[in-house]
Amino acid sequence: MDNDNRTDYGSTMVEKILAVKAGKDKVVPGNLVNTKIDLALGNDITAPVAIKEFERFGIDKVFDPEKIVLVPDHFTPNKDIASAEQALLLRRFAEKYKIKHYFEIGRMGIEHALLPEQGLVRPGEVIIGADSHTCTYGALGAFATGVGSTDLAAAMVIGEAWFKVPSTLRFEYEGSLPKWLGGKDLILYTIGQIGVSGARYRAMEFAGPAIAALSMDGRLTMTNMAIEAGGKCGYIQPDQVTFDYLKGRVSVPYEPVYSDLNAAYEQVYRYDITNLEPQIAFPPSPDNVFPVSKAKGTQIQQVVIGSCTNGRIEDLRVAASVIKNKRVDPRVRLLVIPATQQIYRQALEEGLLTAFIDAEAVVSTPTCGPCLGGHMGILAKGERALATTNRNFVGRMGHPESEVYLSGPAVAAASAVAGKIVHPEEVL
Amino acid sequence: MIFEGKAWLFGDNIDTDAIIAARYLSTTDPKELANYLMEDIRPDFPSQVSAGDILVGGENFGCGSSREHAPLAIKGAGVSCVVARSFARIFYRNAINIGLPILECQEELSDLNNGSDLLKVDLEQGLVTHLRTGKIYKAEPFPPFMQDIINRGGLVEYVKSRINDLK
Ligand code: SF4
Repeated sequence: MDNDNRTDYGSTMVEKILAVKAGKDKVVPGNLVNTKIDLALGNDITAPVAIKEFERFGIDKVFDPEKIVLVPDHFTPNKDIASAEQALLLRRFAEKYKIKHYFEIGRMGIEHALLPEQGLVRPGEVIIGADSHTCTYGALGAFATGVGSTDLAAAMVIGEAWFKVPSTLRFEYEGSLPKWLGGKDLILYTIGQIGVSGARYRAMEFAGPAIAALSMDGRLTMTNMAIEAGGKCGYIQPDQVTFDYLKGRVSVPYEPVYSDLNAAYEQVYRYDITNLEPQIAFPPSPDNVFPVSKAKGTQIQQVVIGSCTNGRIEDLRVAASVIKNKRVDPRVRLLVIPATQQIYRQALEEGLLTAFIDAEAVVSTPTCGPCLGGHMGILAKGERALATTNRNFVGRMGHPESEVYLSGPAVAAASAVAGKIVHPEEVL
Repeated sequence: MIFEGKAWLFGDNIDTDAIIAARYLSTTDPKELANYLMEDIRPDFPSQVSAGDILVGGENFGCGSSREHAPLAIKGAGVSCVVARSFARIFYRNAINIGLPILECQEELSDLNNGSDLLKVDLEQGLVTHLRTGKIYKAEPFPPFMQDIINRGGLVEYVKSRINDLK
């Protein structure tokens, strides 16, 4: 796109946020900007590298102890000695520099579920995280993107980061979602349509009637997987759903930012989703997407309901509603992992955990666990899993010759009961 | 910042394995890595390339893994700048962060003789000049803070200088 032709056009939400935070009137795609950041995030895999780099700067303070978040969520509760030492590094750093938002296990949750829940993400903000799924926070109208450990280390010192302004792809979803479908089906469908590099470098703006009707949990699922389409970020412009979600979580003022009506999009995609079937990503790639009927009957040995994609309360409610008064097929292991401690507790109070345990599922404390093949449910050679997670690359959940299919929570719960991949209607 | 140097032409999708093969990743010394730059796709390249030269790529230069060794190897060879139609995102970030100037120029640089024609690159203006034909190509200019990062040798040195300013 030739930048010179763009001056007559308005700006997208992301362009506006980056302009404001860089102290400029207007930016266009391709511009390089240096912005203030509102939050910098690291976890027990990436923060240790950043901390070591930070220490080489020879400085004895961070730019703002309230704007750094450290979450030991990947290999915790400590999986082995090496991971215990990584977590210890985080803990010591948090103590030394008085990092306000360090979340010890027991308070911890998977970072991308935890930060929005704790009110640490607000519309109009710039958030970086040394984790690729940092793009999740766009569901709240923020610009959020994954960076490297060096970027995180630098940001912890100067409170700034540089970006190349991305161009924006707009996705409009017409119609209303059929029963049993959610944000996961919309995003899997989208990735299936445009491919894993279909949004490379770009911002993805999700809009339309189906998005307006989507809950915040469903929205977070969608923006979470922008990276699986190659996106730099994914976002939904703030609306009443956003403001309702923020109420009671956020006490500081914030400034919502919206795309101009005449914003210049690189491309606009329109999908009518009225007749969409539940979507499944077949191994070994998140864009290898088919309707559930194509996967019907595929035998599975493990089902995982959890992760930063689909481990939120609404996901657990849907799964529990399918599984209540039924039992997991004896040849299947079902793992349910609430994404945060608060979700865990709420699921307990709502009786969801009882439904899972009665169905003979394993219920775990919050952790990334099997999502990245870390611990808590690793697959053996030749085993096949259905998971509500976001990646199904070769070996993602264990042995290189194991396989992962991706779906939403309703299909996952139903398939655990059936022992094979099915549409939720088939077990009800 | 203005560079002038010989242009070496590469195609689309030059991946990080082509830039520096995985078998050489045991070191992070740029000079050492430079001995194997592009070895698998052009075995003679490490002996041909010299300080100040400019690499010209097509689309998606630096795709593949996120290894920082790739821009380090290019920098180690003394390459002054990489100009390409587009870069893979992580390569782009890594290159800036280690202080290797890279310029995205969406116009195709035409009529360019590999290894002999000279290019002049003006980072601040975002202009690439083909010195033999005199044709000027427009690219995305580098704002001052980015030139500062490059000038100082990368993000780590830039942050250190900022710390000194803060003190
Ligand atoms: S749940 Fe999975 S995708 Fe999400 S942060 Fe953890 S490892 Fe990454």
